[in-house]
Amino acid sequence: MSATATVLSAPPITGLDAARFALHLSQRGYLPAWWLETKKAAWNQFNALPMPSRTDETWRFSSLATLDLTGFELPEDASQHIPHLSDFPHVAEIIFSNRQLVARSTVPADLAAKGVIFAPLDEALTQHSELVRKYFQKHPANLGSEKFVALNTAFTGAGALLFVPKGVEIATPFVLQHTLSGANKATFPHTIVILEDNAKATLVEYFVSADQSRHLCSGVNDLLAGPGAQLTYVGAQNWSKDTLAFQTNSIAVERDAKVLSLNVHLGGRQARHESHSRLLGPGAHSEMLALTVANGAQEFDQRTLQTHISPNTTSNLLYKNALLDTAKTIFSGLIIVEPDAQKTDAYQKNRNLMLSDEAEAHSLPGLEIQANDVKCSHGSTSARIEPEQEFYLQARGIKPANAKEMLVFAFFEEVLNQLSNDELHASLRGLIESKFAKR
Amino acid sequence: MSDIDTLIADVNAVENPAVGIDQAAGDFTYDVKYEFDAGTGLSEQTVRYISSVKKEAPWILEFRLAALKKFLSMPMPTHWATTDLNNIDFDKIRYYLSQGQKPKRTWDEVPDDIKKTFERLGIPEQERKFLAGVEAQFDSEAAYSNIKDIVAKQGVIFCNSTEALREHPEIFKKFFGKVIPTGDNKFSALNSAVFSGGSFIYVPKGVKVAQPLQAYFRINAENFGQFERTLIIADEGSEVTYMEGCTAPKFSTSTLHSAVVELVALKGAKIQYITVQNWANNVFNLVTKRGVAHEDAEIKWIDCNIGSRLTMKYPGVILKGKRARGEVISIALANDGQHQDTGAKMIHAADDTTSVIVAKSISVGQGRSTYRGVVHIPKHLKGCKNNTECDALLINSNSRTDTYPAIVVRGDTHSVQHEASVSKVNEEQIFYMQQRGLTEAQAMSLAVNGFVNDLVRQFPMEYSVELKRLIDLEMEGSVG
Repeated sequence: MSATATVLSAPPITGLDAARFALHLSQRGYLPAWWLETKKAAWNQFNALPMPSRTDETWRFSSLATLDLTGFELPEDASQHIPHLSDFPHVAEIIFSNRQLVARSTVPADLAAKGVIFAPLDEALTQHSELVRKYFQKHPANLGSEKFVALNTAFTGAGALLFVPKGVEIATPFVLQHTLSGANKATFPHTIVILEDNAKATLVEYFVSADQSRHLCSGVNDLLAGPGAQLTYVGAQNWSKDTLAFQTNSIAVERDAKVLSLNVHLGGRQARHESHSRLLGPGAHSEMLALTVANGAQEFDQRTLQTHISPNTTSNLLYKNALLDTAKTIFSGLIIVEPDAQKTDAYQKNRNLMLSDEAEAHSLPGLEIQANDVKCSHGSTSARIEPEQEFYLQARGIKPANAKEMLVFAFFEEVLNQLSNDELHASLRGLIESKFAKR
Repeated sequence: MSDIDTLIADVNAVENPAVGIDQAAGDFTYDVKYEFDAGTGLSEQTVRYISSVKKEAPWILEFRLAALKKFLSMPMPTHWATTDLNNIDFDKIRYYLSQGQKPKRTWDEVPDDIKKTFERLGIPEQERKFLAGVEAQFDSEAAYSNIKDIVAKQGVIFCNSTEALREHPEIFKKFFGKVIPTGDNKFSALNSAVFSGGSFIYVPKGVKVAQPLQAYFRINAENFGQFERTLIIADEGSEVTYMEGCTAPKFSTSTLHSAVVELVALKGAKIQYITVQNWANNVFNLVTKRGVAHEDAEIKWIDCNIGSRLTMKYPGVILKGKRARGEVISIALANDGQHQDTGAKMIHAADDTTSVIVAKSISVGQGRSTYRGVVHIPKHLKGCKNNTECDALLINSNSRTDTYPAIVVRGDTHSVQHEASVSKVNEEQIFYMQQRGLTEAQAMSLAVNGFVNDLVRQFPMEYSVELKRLIDLEMEGSVG
């Protein structure tokens, strides 16, 4: 690594520049060579790719002026971190604070004996290098954030591998938590979940700020469900109100497998979430859910893709947004049915609850259908709470403010009810309620 | 045209004697001696030539030249549009062709060769039967124009844009280019530079035109670009329905049709604009259509697209006055080698405005239909409503359909909903009809007609009959 040596001699090292990248690489010299090469290629790709511009159809309606990466830096110590958010029973937990591993509980011996792995990414890279290599970015999402995904690959260190071998079923969730604190700190988590044939597992991932400073997070997840597997993934973010957040998830569903993904968006100044489901084998199903509470001047940008590649596959998407103050949401979703994917059933729904006269909802639900024996539909609605509904609750003695909140939760309940884990359901409900309580 | 071609065309004409603007019936051409020909390619010279042939006022020439500059400076819309646009060779197109004819007021005056063309399309027959007025455009200029006395006595003006510029400049200039500015898109700029023909209609205050005014557009020459320009103004409280039909023969090279249509519905007025077009499948049909609806006014576009190689057309309504209403009813049928990229735009700009979009498309063979829509409700408005429904029917396993709506809502007093669905023809239905003795093709045709029936019912009778026949023709050979 001669390049590293020359760069290291040239101070100062700031932000996310080449010198900082070289330092980051040198600190990871103990990791496999393929990984370091992947990172170098990603760094070059990050620099080669242009920033999103007005003419990018995948960034239509997004605010571009605020996508400013300058000034962010990689934190070098854990600093303060907030305690565990997982107030429900869980199998094991991994917590990162400012990219540092600060807490970790190991997988119970009986599961470990069956071959279950739940390890921080760097550890997985040393102990299960070939497994990570096989699945890392196997199915890139490609929904517009390629530049920020490349940045993630270049700098990632935080993150984890969850591997559940054939036939192992685990009802209790695994938990991952990423915390940031201190001004202009950045993190780049990457998590890989691999469920082999007929395995079953749940992963809950939190992204939170420990203080109200400006933060940057660009996260990427590879979620893969092998034949007959059942994966539940919940991602909940409650970043500081100044955070710039990107999250890109790729979901691959093989024959007869089912994946349920739920993303809860609460924090951040500008948060973009991309999620791409690929239905790879007959009988595959993807359930894509999201809940967003947008207030203040927040902007939530959600891009989704349901790609039906095999025949007899199904997918269902339900994204619900509650908008307050001058907040803005963008939903842009697409269902692609490829020519061979006959007998596809695919649905897509975006519902916006307008709770303020200044809030702004953009909705771009899309279909691209190339097979004819399919049932596909999409819908989008934007409307307020019916005054009659509020009146009805008030007539039963409920205060106006409470009545409104009850109706918002009734709106969200359709999504939360899809979770079969009651404790997790209650925990997420509490997290959403805390945002309302702060207002 | 060879003898065999003539024979085929004649057979087709016999098979469809009544209205007869199916695609095959439009597929014939005559050698016409053009007195004025701007040649191929586009330059300042071309624009000056058109303007001088038309003996235009200096302000129009200036308008055209400024538009040409815009056109040359604007890029093709490639970040969302199909790359097939790049196959248009602007240097090979002929931008103006005419026989120097003034529009003839009686059918007998129309030159024989042009008369033959329109007779095969059934125009004089239709006119005799029921039309209040008709404009027939042959390549660049109107060949025949008539408005029935009863309508003219009401003060209704109905002529082509060249005449309107000469005879009614005060009304024309006030509204022209205001709804669709020159630089709205590359093709509106092109039209603004080289426009010729098209209709001009002014309906005075309170006048309700009982029968539809009608226009036919015919492309006859090879490599020709038709750039008609239509402006319709319905003054306060008036009502008018306008219908247009279009055909072109099949040439081996592609043809460009790029119209601009502007509608102005003043307070309480109603405009209904009906298009049934049946271009040959090598026509690039790139049209900008938009209306402004003032207080309590209503603009309704009924847009039916059959044929063409690529159609890109999104009729829009700017709902400018309180309680204005906009509606787009759209039917598209895409057969092999065709891409119908159609849709609607509803721009809400006043309180309590409502809009409705109903779009139905049918993809046959390797045809591709695309719905692209915009519903925009910006800030500080109250009580706006939009309802959008898109349904796509796919006939063959390699047919394709896309839906790309864009909805922007700001504020908490509006109600907006969009629903789209994609399906194939119900197999039980087909089976049931075959049990009753229909062939599979007949059953399929009936099912497709059933799919669009609720929309076709809103058409005037003559057009709904014609549309059903066109669908039958397009469905031939699509099964099995």
